Amino acid sequence: MVSVRIPTPLRELSGDRDELSIDASTVSALIEKLESECPGMKSRLCDENGEVRRFINLYVNEEDIRFLDGVSTKLNDGDAISIIPAIAGG
Amino acid sequence: MNFVESLKCKECAELYPKEPKYVCETCFGPLEVLYNYDEIKKHISREKITSRPQNIWRYRELLPLDAEPTLGTQVGYTPLVRAVNLAKDLGVSEIYVKNDAVCYPTLSFKDRVVSVALSKAKEFGFNTAGCASTGNLANSVSSISAAGKLKSYIFIPYDLERSKILNTIVYGANLVGVKGTYDDVNRLCSEIASKYNWAFVNVNMRPYYSEGSKSYAFEVMEQLGWKAPKHIVVPMASGSLLTKVWKAIKEFELLGIVEPQGSKVYGAQATGCSPISTAFKNGWDMFKPVKPNTIAKSLAIGTPADGYYAMNIIRESGGAAEDVSDTEIVDAIELLARTEGIYTETAGGVTLGVTKKLIDQGKIPRDEPIVVSITGNGLKTQDAVEKRLGEPNIINPSFEAFEELYNNEKT
Repeated sequence: MVSVRIPTPLRELSGDRDELSIDASTVSALIEKLESECPGMKSRLCDENGEVRRFINLYVNEEDIRFLDGVSTKLNDGDAISIIPAIAGG
Repeated sequence: MNFVESLKCKECAELYPKEPKYVCETCFGPLEVLYNYDEIKKHISREKITSRPQNIWRYRELLPLDAEPTLGTQVGYTPLVRAVNLAKDLGVSEIYVKNDAVCYPTLSFKDRVVSVALSKAKEFGFNTAGCASTGNLANSVSSISAAGKLKSYIFIPYDLERSKILNTIVYGANLVGVKGTYDDVNRLCSEIASKYNWAFVNVNMRPYYSEGSKSYAFEVMEQLGWKAPKHIVVPMASGSLLTKVWKAIKEFELLGIVEPQGSKVYGAQATGCSPISTAFKNGWDMFKPVKPNTIAKSLAIGTPADGYYAMNIIRESGGAAEDVSDTEIVDAIELLARTEGIYTETAGGVTLGVTKKLIDQGKIPRDEPIVVSITGNGLKTQDAVEKRLGEPNIINPSFEAFEELYNNEKT
């Protein structure tokens, strides 16, 4: 099982839960599982082509998946996944 | 005042009420302030602007407050310097330095955005401010919060320049150094922001905060004699400033305050953190995030939130993006100091270094006016130049000792 922290804008889909436990072996499998558990989640995270939306950053144990294997990144028991919108800098 | 209609998603155009909210609930796109330009047109004019005090609020119709500003009321209106010596050195006919190294009160352009963000935060009734910062934003949030009697929690990468750390603590902020890069700090802050009801200037206040950057370009246009800049070079960290410089130019054009000049916008990064310029030069649609490694710490954002938009604007305007090495950054800091007597921080070294490079490459023409955006002060990044500059000559307090030194130096 991995834990997924759900950001505020998605909590209406997660029944207001801020963390979910999901059984998935990769990030893309995780997105599918999230969709079956919380219908509507996938279309919020991914665009029409199934790619993770431009302004969403996904992290596995604090590492951006774009530095890992993207959506093919493997997940291990106990991993923590964060879904975070891009924010401005300074 | 009060020309803001709502917030609008930059991606899917969904509208939201004016709240401390920064991300579209449908597509996660960033939210932007939507103005009623028809109304603004009836209220704004060159005469009206010039009749007001010299600070950012002289452009108040195009800033997102509903009430009078309460914080940072004297911020802005920094000098636009016609840099004659620098022009000679670079072999160009006309170059200007917009010098936010002397922005009040904390010596960077961040004082503009923080004044807007925290005035707005007061309107919303917040009593605590927060931010994730590469340094300059930390200084500004800490200072302006202190003056506004707001508590502040400020998060920075733990290994920032000493001076940026001290210049934050002195105002009494709760400063937290995070063991990680700015991108790690930012990620942490967005999680903290969702739990705590604080005005995080670059998170839930972002739509308002980022609008403050427009004042930089409004001033440039006014100081050029109500002209849009022909070529303007802007440093890029998250890319936000560049997008707002462009927006400011487009707004002044739309409102008839300046004539369209075919302005071209150029983006500057450090080679050690150049996701946007790399994507631009390779013709990619989207940047690839990087792990920063550069002395230009104030620009060290590896996952630039506005990078996508900044790149599109550079392309749309016909400009270019480039990056320079750490050595070129220090060279450029020295060049500006020795030609114009202006001491900028590493980010300014990046901007001038890239300007020089683009001129040498023929991408910026030598015979048209150029504006270089200097956004921060060299006193905050002394570490970067210390080794290069050497030490003063030490002598005994005697006339002979001086003459000996003077005669040796002459030979």
